[in-house]
Order: sequence, then structure tokens, then C-alpha cells
Amino acid sequence: MRWIWIDKFIEFDSGKRAVAIKNVTLAEEHLHDHFPGFCVMPETLMIEAMAQTAGILVGEARKFQEKVILAKIKKAAFFDYVRPGDTLKLEAKIESITAEAATTSGKITCQERTIAEIDLMFSHIDKNLAGKDFPEENFVFTDMFKSLLRGMNIR
Amino acid sequence: MAMSRDEIFGQVQEVLVDALGVDDDEVTAEATLMQDLGAESIDFLDIVFRLEKMFGIKIPREELFPAENLMNNSELISNGKLTEKGLAELKNRMPHTDLAAFEKDPDINKMGDLFTVNAIVNFVENKLKE
Repeated sequence: MRWIWIDKFIEFDSGKRAVAIKNVTLAEEHLHDHFPGFCVMPETLMIEAMAQTAGILVGEARKFQEKVILAKIKKAAFFDYVRPGDTLKLEAKIESITAEAATTSGKITCQERTIAEIDLMFSHIDKNLAGKDFPEENFVFTDMFKSLLRGMNIR
Repeated sequence: MAMSRDEIFGQVQEVLVDALGVDDDEVTAEATLMQDLGAESIDFLDIVFRLEKMFGIKIPREELFPAENLMNNSELISNGKLTEKGLAELKNRMPHTDLAAFEKDPDINKMGDLFTVNAIVNFVENKLKE
């Protein structure tokens, strides 16, 4: 099973831009420890949410034929806390995409508050690690990930 | 108006500072990308993307950093060194780089040293003239 860390896409402009939603709930157990008495979403998990939003955008741009792997966090700046009950809006844009890789810029907001700006770089690994063999099957984009898009009638 | 070499250097410096998280003063003309500035393979792609954006040019990946393709060809490499054919191929592909010192001992482990800040400035300068 893969780990899905966004709840749904609300906008999807193929090859260009996607907007996803992540609802943060106190039912997420890690929040109880981060921190006791002061629950805030870990910033690393905001990066994960953006990586999934942007990664699916990049994967869909090549019809999920490429294995898209997060290669570099180019920028991650955080401006505000995220608390249980918050709904995050994750907006990702493709800045450039080639046969080997893609770069994205992204912004996380919660209502009118800017929470974070996260720019990422993804590698199409089959095209980059020459000589290394990877499984034929696309282990990055499993059905679980694709089901996120099915809700929007994107296949 | 064409950009001066100093202007190009300044912008290349800015690209490398952002892409590699280094300080301005580390990005000297002679600095090597891998050894001195700590670039890894994925950073080369990042640098290519950023240069394209900064200067409004198109850079086929193997044009600026052609070493990878050479590495996989046994005709061009033998015993960890570039063969004569390999050297000729490298010269052909890296006209913007000074290979005089490397030619004396074309050890593939030293190939990384060829990618200097200066080589990028030369490359961009030529591209802008096209």
C-alpha cells in the first residue's frame, strides 16, 4: 500500500497546474506528540503533501509512463503554523519539464494565510540513472494514486 | 545590447548560489562544480533549467554537461582513462572548455574538474551569440 497524504484535487490543468486539498485532523496520531499540548503539522509533512500534489501533476503530464521521483527540495519556506481542523490548499505549477526531469513551484495556503512556499525538482529515473534497471511496472503511480484523479474524471 | 562577460558571470553566479546553496564568494571563475561547490548529478539538471530561464536560451542537456554519455561507451574509455577517440569526442562536445591540462592525464575521475564556473560562462557567452 502507498501512503496518500492529500485528500483530493479541486483543480487540474494537465501539464500546467494543480490544486489539492489536505484536511488536517487531530485523528492523525503524530500530532499528539508534535507537540504535546501544542499540536502543529510537521513541516516535513507539508513538503510531502506538496511532493504528492506536484508529483502527480508531473506524472500525469507524461501519462504516468515515467517513474517520477522527488530529487531535490529547491526551496521550502514556512510562514505560519498549521493546526488540527485546518484545511490546506496546495497549489503546484510546472515550471519546466523535459525528458529527464521537471521542476515545480508551489504554495500552501489556509484560507487567506500563506503557510509555505515549496519548490521541488523531480527526476524521471529511467532516463537519469543510465545502466541501472528498474522494474517494468510503475511502482510510483499505483492505482491508489490514480484514484485521486478518477474523482475528477482525469485518467 | 549584448551582455558583457562580467554581467554573464554575475548571473551565472546567482544561478549557482540558488541551485547549490553556496555563498557568492565561493563561486569563483576557477571553482569546480562538483569538487568545490558540491554539485551532484541532479544539480546539473537544476542548473540547466535555471540557466535557460535566466538567459532565455535552450540548452540540450548533453550539450553543457556531456560527460555522462561518454562514460557508457567502451570505445571511448579504457582502463579508467579516455582513449584518443574519447578525447577527440570530448573536445568536440565541449568546445567551451579548456582541456589542455586534462589531456595530459585523461583520468575519468578527474573529468568532474572540467566543469568549472568559467566553462559555464563560456558556454552561455557562446549561446547568446548564436
